[in-house]
Amino acid sequence: MEKIADISKTTAVKAKTTTSKGDRIFDIVNITLLSIVVLVCLIPFIHILAISLSSARPIMSGEVSLFPVEWTTEAYVKVFSDMSMIRSLGFTVMLTVIFTILCMAMTIAAGYPLSKSNLKGRGFFMVLIIITMFFSGGIIPEYILVRNLHLLDTMWALILPGLISPFYLIIMISFFRNIPESLEEAAEMDGSSHFYTLWRIILPLSLPVIATLSLFYAVGRWNGFMDTLMYINSPDLYPLQLKLYQLIQNNMASELMRNEVVGSAQMMPESLKAASVIFATIPILIVYPWLQRYFVSGVMLGAVKG
Amino acid sequence: MSTYLRRYWQLYFLLILPIAYFLTFKYGPMYGIQIAFKDFNFFQGINDSEWIGWDAFREVFQNQDFYKTLRNTLMLNFLDLLVSFPAPLLLAIMLYEVKAVWFKKLSQTILYIPHFISWVIIGGIVYQVFGTQSGFVNNMWMALGFQPIPFLTDPNYWLVTYLLTGVWQSAGWGTILYLAALTGINKELYEAADMDGAGRLKRIWHITLPGLKTTIITLLIINLGNMVTIGFERPFVIGNVAVQDYSDVLSTFVYRIGLESGQYTLATVVGLFQAVVGLIFVLGANYASKKSTGEGIL
Repeated sequence: MEKIADISKTTAVKAKTTTSKGDRIFDIVNITLLSIVVLVCLIPFIHILAISLSSARPIMSGEVSLFPVEWTTEAYVKVFSDMSMIRSLGFTVMLTVIFTILCMAMTIAAGYPLSKSNLKGRGFFMVLIIITMFFSGGIIPEYILVRNLHLLDTMWALILPGLISPFYLIIMISFFRNIPESLEEAAEMDGSSHFYTLWRIILPLSLPVIATLSLFYAVGRWNGFMDTLMYINSPDLYPLQLKLYQLIQNNMASELMRNEVVGSAQMMPESLKAASVIFATIPILIVYPWLQRYFVSGVMLGAVKG
Repeated sequence: MSTYLRRYWQLYFLLILPIAYFLTFKYGPMYGIQIAFKDFNFFQGINDSEWIGWDAFREVFQNQDFYKTLRNTLMLNFLDLLVSFPAPLLLAIMLYEVKAVWFKKLSQTILYIPHFISWVIIGGIVYQVFGTQSGFVNNMWMALGFQPIPFLTDPNYWLVTYLLTGVWQSAGWGTILYLAALTGINKELYEAADMDGAGRLKRIWHITLPGLKTTIITLLIINLGNMVTIGFERPFVIGNVAVQDYSDVLSTFVYRIGLESGQYTLATVVGLFQAVVGLIFVLGANYASKKSTGEGIL
């Protein structure tokens, strides 16, 4: 009898702490506020999507907010039939893939030896690399170097200068260091070479960090803009961001002009700009969910041993 | 030694290309810094251009635009710190308090997305959302009977736009570090607080925030260390001629005088100034971090 009373008492206490009135109000307020923040994150995208699928008239009269008005896919038809846009997309995809593969190869090649604490000269190499995280020559000497190497206006100007990010390299190194040494020692006992150990034992265990860093390198290249502005002149080699930038600069110019000469400038339809923005964003949104579960742990890994 | 090499040559072999990369593309430009002290032109090259000593520095330090861009850099970074720094902290605490796992996961997924969008695209979105005549916000604003707000062309409103887009882009992503730190908090502390009858806000104030203290201080110090470094793309893409007095920062200034006007020496001087002052800030921040949290950031 006593026992039963006891149990009912404890459950009562528990019930009180989890569903007290103040608690519930807190939860409701919290969830509501978070939902608003999440919506604020999404609304710009939804608005752009709505613009891209609307006709010119409702866009100009400001009727389009979150849903397309006078639905039309005309803008997308135009974007997809614009050969220079398709070529730019193709070039950017190729550039991003080559860049990411080379970056990962280099980062792994540097990370594996540097994860061995008994490697002679390791400290020297680490200092050499870490210095570059905090001090650089600046964009003008970088530009002159790229020019002197005759890389201007080639895709290599967009690949070679960014091959290893010291920060990502450190993430790679700390990941390698967390792999139990006994695994490598066992392989070494069996006469495995370092190359073989790296390829057959270390890399298969490193898929999470490889996925994370690949995503970071790829997104960095996909979104990269400043170097394309500096190094690329030929329209054949315009990556998407540079092409988009020209549309946006056109935007800004028209925004400024509108106050004076209303509608006299030959402006690109808003829906076409919106469709181009969506066009350049979609590939990232497709890749993103697949890699999301990896990158959170990757960032934390980098944060722990920054 | 030779047995050592025989055993480890493969590791050194792997390092050859990466080290060559660092020497060429990181240390190569550092060699080029001497342009700041030379009357550089492309025909003579770096080595054969004539030494001019500190002349270019004198010229830069007499340039009004230089001080304007320096001021803007510090101002934008400082305001950004005020607005963008607390945002991820608040968001992380809110996310941490959510009990429904699916809602938490979904929110995180959506909140991270803007971090993966380029500034060029954000620039496009900003124009569509904040444009004076046909922007989303102004359409709604005017529908309520108000005058349109010049978000992009009036310097003061432009600052607001600049700061808001920064929060929008980075707040969600910034929660990751805080959430990571929160997983380290002992759950028993919360249970004990429950027993003592502490409400949710009290728990946040007395347990969650103290648990994040080290992370907050470290991140704050890192941010202060980056006061003079400013990205090129955000002010360049969101800025425009009408607000140039505020949007022109050191990095866009270097780009403009260097690559657009071809004054390589002057631009290198400004870049060097930025690099050196930036380095001093970072080292100072590291020192402060060691003093306050016992751990350096380097």
